[in-house]
Amino acid sequence: MQVIELGVVDYSILLAYTAFVIGIGFALRRYMKTSSDFFLSGRSIPAWVTGLAFISANLGALELVGMAASGAKYGIATSHFYWVGAIPAMVFLAVFMMPFYYGSKARSVPEYLKLRFDERTRCLNSITFAVMTVFASGISMNALAKLLNQLLGWNYNLSLWICSAVVLLYVFKGGLTSAIYTEVLQFFMIVLGFTPVVYLGLKDVGGWDAMTKTLAQVAQEPGTLELSDKTFAPEAWSSAWQPLLGGPSANPMGVDIFAMVFGLGFVLSFGYWCTNFLVVQRAMAARNMSAARRTPLIAAVPKMLFPALVILPGMLAVTLAWTAKDGYRLPPRLIASSAYAPAIKAVADGAAQAPDAAFENVGKAVGLKLSKDKVAALIAEHAAGALADTTLRDRLQDAVVENDYDGVILSLVKKYCPPGLLGLALTALLASFMSGMAGNVTAFNTVWTYDLYQAYIAPHKSDAHYMWMGRVITVVGVLLSIACAYFASNYNNAMDIVQLVFGFVNAPLFATFLLGMFWARTTAHGAFYGLLGGTLTSALFHALTLAAGNAPGLKGGYAGVVWTFPSEMAQNFWLASFAFTACLLLTLGISLATRRTKSDADLKGLVYSLTPRIKDEEQAWYLRPAVLGVILLAGCVILNYIFW
Amino acid sequence: MGLDIRWPIGIMFALIGALLVVYGAATNSDAELYARSLGMNINLRWGVVLLGFGAVMLAHAWKAQRTSPPAGGGSPK
Repeated sequence: MQVIELGVVDYSILLAYTAFVIGIGFALRRYMKTSSDFFLSGRSIPAWVTGLAFISANLGALELVGMAASGAKYGIATSHFYWVGAIPAMVFLAVFMMPFYYGSKARSVPEYLKLRFDERTRCLNSITFAVMTVFASGISMNALAKLLNQLLGWNYNLSLWICSAVVLLYVFKGGLTSAIYTEVLQFFMIVLGFTPVVYLGLKDVGGWDAMTKTLAQVAQEPGTLELSDKTFAPEAWSSAWQPLLGGPSANPMGVDIFAMVFGLGFVLSFGYWCTNFLVVQRAMAARNMSAARRTPLIAAVPKMLFPALVILPGMLAVTLAWTAKDGYRLPPRLIASSAYAPAIKAVADGAAQAPDAAFENVGKAVGLKLSKDKVAALIAEHAAGALADTTLRDRLQDAVVENDYDGVILSLVKKYCPPGLLGLALTALLASFMSGMAGNVTAFNTVWTYDLYQAYIAPHKSDAHYMWMGRVITVVGVLLSIACAYFASNYNNAMDIVQLVFGFVNAPLFATFLLGMFWARTTAHGAFYGLLGGTLTSALFHALTLAAGNAPGLKGGYAGVVWTFPSEMAQNFWLASFAFTACLLLTLGISLATRRTKSDADLKGLVYSLTPRIKDEEQAWYLRPAVLGVILLAGCVILNYIFW
Repeated sequence: MGLDIRWPIGIMFALIGALLVVYGAATNSDAELYARSLGMNINLRWGVVLLGFGAVMLAHAWKAQRTSPPAGGGSPK
């Protein structure tokens, strides 16, 4: 594969960014006086900063790469991850849940669980959360280090370790504030770095209408581009809702509308946005209650518009590949380096075999689906006069027809960016890589220090001691993420594995919070066993179901396949729905059967009915969370209507 | 926190913008280089946008600093 060459101007941009994020860490160092400064930014940050950090912590490298991949695979319906799967939950967090998180003075989401219920729920949540953050950060780092290796020819290990070192340096110095500030920097970097790429792509394909016209052809014959082995109605890639209404077989996601709206739009989305400390921590760092509540609302504005930046590139790539404009094709999956030797031998042997048998042997040696014509041509040419090893390799790679969707975004950057802009776009990608990791590391170090270390291992130590611990665990967290990065490289579409982990841990969690915050009768026993039951339900569900086309094992069904879903995404959404329902029913039942251990007075500030309402009337109407929330939801409805 | 985030954002984007403008101006006649970006000198144009964005951020930071000195006595960098 041809690697992208970076020039001096590109490296200068990259270095400027790196110097600034490290500089921010050092500049903030002198403000880190107490552990609260380090873990909570001293609760002193203005709302627009926490708001952009909130959205930026979510917009990691995985999101950028994965959403472009999904845009290519599924088309505009991918926007449901934004308009259905994010905005309503963000509004709910701001209007209803933030008062309890911020008002209870809990320092983390697990600590809220301790205040509301007891130590057990907190312990369960903090351990699962800590493991998840490390994994999330490891997975995204692996994905990006791999991309850098394939497209820039950078050394995988070196990319991984250098980026980690930069993150470590600035988080170590400036704690959460460093992470938040660099997230804001990253936000602008991504918006300003990718806008020209999308603009050029859109201009190149001849505008929106030309694109949807081509996508209509693609939808009827997606097999031509190896997107799917089915065929769909013309609007399958260019309409957000119509393909869903036709049932799972009418859309490339293979998802039914109930799984989409309830599984993604309610369970997964509320579970992520309302209970995931990674994002909630940003809002908790806001300077006052009103700023904390505005944080998710400010974040919702860019979130609503991001599909244009992250999903559209995938759709553009498919359009370009269909018309094969300037020889563009979707990036093929790479042949494993160990497969070349047997594949080249199969090509050499192929001359003496029947064409079908020869094609099959080469395909088996490569391990990926190949183009029959290209393999036949290669065998014939090699037989006529032996080709050089490197030529054979290039030709074999070229013959691969399976798509590497995660490479889509970089393939566009490569196509459209001259030196200069190239540096900017790649820096944006690297920035999202690093700040995504910083987000995970700061959430991890806070939960570890406050919810595990201080709670169970070393209580009653001095504040300076916990701050020291925070710095130590920051180093450990970065090292663990690196270990996870080496560990994780099994899934084609990066988004799916994250969804799966969400399903296990986060889906039942929202039921616990919902009942805990809005039903004073929920007991500690109910919450703990309900949550445990919900998580076990996810695991059991995963063990008993499978997505069509997958072999039982890592992707489910290892305890016998009771049900087969049309796609992995449908399996994930339904898993979340089941886990949530199980947790909800168990918590309800057990709470009714057990005695309350906390009095109404204990629960003041923690439960909706027992907490005095916040008077929003003193604020200007355009600052009131409820008003802003309604405006945002209306905007979201309009967007869904436009792209219906 | 004592450091106004608009300073680093403003300085960084102004710097990168200036870099792109200079590079874009220097390579303006290189048609082959800009074939990729559909024959448009995207470096020059986008550099101006970044420069403008950086300037707006700096103006805001400067205004905020003049009207209200940051609490806690720390002076923004």
